[in-house]
Amino acid sequence: MRLTGAQALIKSLEMQHVEVIFGLPGGAILPVYDPILDSPIRHVLVRHEQGAGHMAEGYAHVTGRPGVAMVTSGPGATNIVTPLADAAMDSIPMVVITGQVATTAIGTDAFQECPITGVTMDITKHNWLVTDAQDLPRVIAEAFHVATTGRPGPVLVDVPKDVSNAPMDWYWPASIDELDLPGYHPRTEGDPAEVRRAAELMAAARRPVIYAGGGILKARAAEALRALAERTGIPVVTTLMARGAFPDRHPLCLGMPGMHGNYTAVTALQHADLLIALGSRFDDRVTGKVSAFAPHAKVIHVDIDPAELGKVRRPDVAIAGDCRLVIEELLGALEAAGASGPQGSERPELAPWMAQLRTWQAQFPLTYTQEDGGPLKPQFVVETLRDMTPDDTIVVAGVGQHQMWASQYWRFDHPYTWVNSGGAGTMGFAVPAAIGAKVGRPDRMVWAVDGDGCFQMTAQELVTASAERIPVKVAILNNAYLGMVRQWQELFYEERYSEVYLSPDLPDYVKWAEAMGCVGLKVESADEVAPAIEKANGIDDRPVVIDFRTDAFEKVYPMVPAGASNDDIIVGPSQGEGGR
Amino acid sequence: MSPVGGAGSSPGTPRHHIVTALVENKSGVLARVAGLFSRRGFNIFSLAVAPTDDERFSRITIVVDVESAPLEQIVQQLDKLVNVVSITELAPEQAIERELLLLTVGAGPAQRQEVIALVGVFEGKIVDVGSDCMTVVMAGPPGRIDDFESLIRPFGIVELQRTGRVALPKLERRPYRLHGVSGNLDAG
Repeated sequence: MRLTGAQALIKSLEMQHVEVIFGLPGGAILPVYDPILDSPIRHVLVRHEQGAGHMAEGYAHVTGRPGVAMVTSGPGATNIVTPLADAAMDSIPMVVITGQVATTAIGTDAFQECPITGVTMDITKHNWLVTDAQDLPRVIAEAFHVATTGRPGPVLVDVPKDVSNAPMDWYWPASIDELDLPGYHPRTEGDPAEVRRAAELMAAARRPVIYAGGGILKARAAEALRALAERTGIPVVTTLMARGAFPDRHPLCLGMPGMHGNYTAVTALQHADLLIALGSRFDDRVTGKVSAFAPHAKVIHVDIDPAELGKVRRPDVAIAGDCRLVIEELLGALEAAGASGPQGSERPELAPWMAQLRTWQAQFPLTYTQEDGGPLKPQFVVETLRDMTPDDTIVVAGVGQHQMWASQYWRFDHPYTWVNSGGAGTMGFAVPAAIGAKVGRPDRMVWAVDGDGCFQMTAQELVTASAERIPVKVAILNNAYLGMVRQWQELFYEERYSEVYLSPDLPDYVKWAEAMGCVGLKVESADEVAPAIEKANGIDDRPVVIDFRTDAFEKVYPMVPAGASNDDIIVGPSQGEGGR
Repeated sequence: MSPVGGAGSSPGTPRHHIVTALVENKSGVLARVAGLFSRRGFNIFSLAVAPTDDERFSRITIVVDVESAPLEQIVQQLDKLVNVVSITELAPEQAIERELLLLTVGAGPAQRQEVIALVGVFEGKIVDVGSDCMTVVMAGPPGRIDDFESLIRPFGIVELQRTGRVALPKLERRPYRLHGVSGNLDAG
């Protein structure tokens, strides 16, 4: 069958079971937009290419399938650089197709030319410049294979316009053996000898903690993790990227560690004699000062990316492999070592440790005070929203104070219900990522919890949501500041506030929402919160934006100052000067 | 790249490491490999790239001055590159290293005999002779080439090019065992 490169590209996406492309056309990608008209693949027309990238990420987060975005050359391609970097940091499978000027024009500074494979070399898992239309099906198959296997990540395929227009003979690689990837062989199963050593350490530990990271979710290992925790009685902390990987409701769940983690999760790691790091990467926001992190602990580190093992902390047992497979191997080895019981069993030797953890939990819970008639507390908004929405609601956050409050005060009991920009910290992530999440899971309620600063970066994608009938809901915790920066300036720069004030009503968020085809609501006091959420929950034919006017002076606690040891955690003002 | 033989970064120091990577022979691969060094602020001391006996693959030999710990991380990251098939880190004492030097030295009729003698000692060859200059080629272990370079320098170096080193691991030598020898004798 004779096809054009463009037709072969779209057909290849169909062969990969792609159901939606987020994109925006332009000159160099024009040929590829023509066969989209005849394809069953849905195309969501964004208002800015960054939106396309974050939508693809949101879609991938909640479905586990690779998100696909398509944009034109030059500025179209550079506008999607931020989402690529974001997806690389958070290991999100994403395939970005960019148009490129014709091969004959490459290197001539042609109109809308940009060497995007060079630009994105360090922020993609891999990228391809296709120079022959005949290669397209194979390259697309390779791109999806690389994006979704091993440690997932974003890939980019750059397609020059003459390649899209050129004829080719259609084929489809029958298996991965027909791909040209001689250097790509991700390892998935753990070394049995190392797994046995890990089981021995787990059997001998008296103050163990499972340090679960985003890799649990990527490996679809939430159930395996739960079995591991329950059969060993070992408590679990879930990092920002792993919220929902282990149910917050579970008695063994200690919640989020790190810079704004709760006291018990942070301190448990500091006092542990064994960390079982599963798909986590010892990020600086978790470890604080690395040399003072978990100083008494031996470390078992399981990660599918061998380069993570020893990158930050030298492990005592290093296991390169897929978290789900390795946990299953571990369960077998633990049984053989006599260190696990039936579901729900408790090991008496861990009882003093669990008692210590319970004491900390009772002593230092997360706290805030919503006073009657007082300023509206952002935590109160998050808690009310949590209590008024279904258990499996998908929550999407931007970056900053609101993100931390959402992570702290939501109760995540299901995997794939929390979507946020963890590693890159990309402001403006929430609105487009929520739209992508809703496209991927139309059956779920999707709430973006956003900040006023973040919202202003990408809000125009709500036009996309209205036009495409994607009914996401947005709760803006509007404190009129770039709040996290304001918090740091208050605490570490002697309250010298530099360029952080935004104004609560410029823009007018209600009018802006309405102008974009959404319902806009404004909430100024605690007693208006529930009625507004109830109203928003009842609207399912268009997006809703609620402008919550929250207390600008509220800060995120606990907090480990940047570069400090986790031992120097600062708990909330109502709990005294410090935890220790 | 730093000038060859630049002060302070001599490949003779213990920090020097040889990394050899078998890579796909495709455009952009060298940039990906080099990028992993440059983005960490590490200078590549020398670099040699050429196709292997299988034309689908090339071998890249990189000499770099880094501490072992960051190098281990770079090697791991290199291994992650989709186009990198395999990677080996060679400690200098475990490697056979060779490098080629092409050098034009100022040598009028009065100095020619001295230069020829020196080239002879180092088993190099005179490959071109002009009225005031001679061009010399020499292959050998990098340290030996360094020695030659410093001895010839007083004559006046007009132009100098070194290829950067290539390296292969030293071969394993099994311990000499008597019964093995007698077995061979029996068979003979």
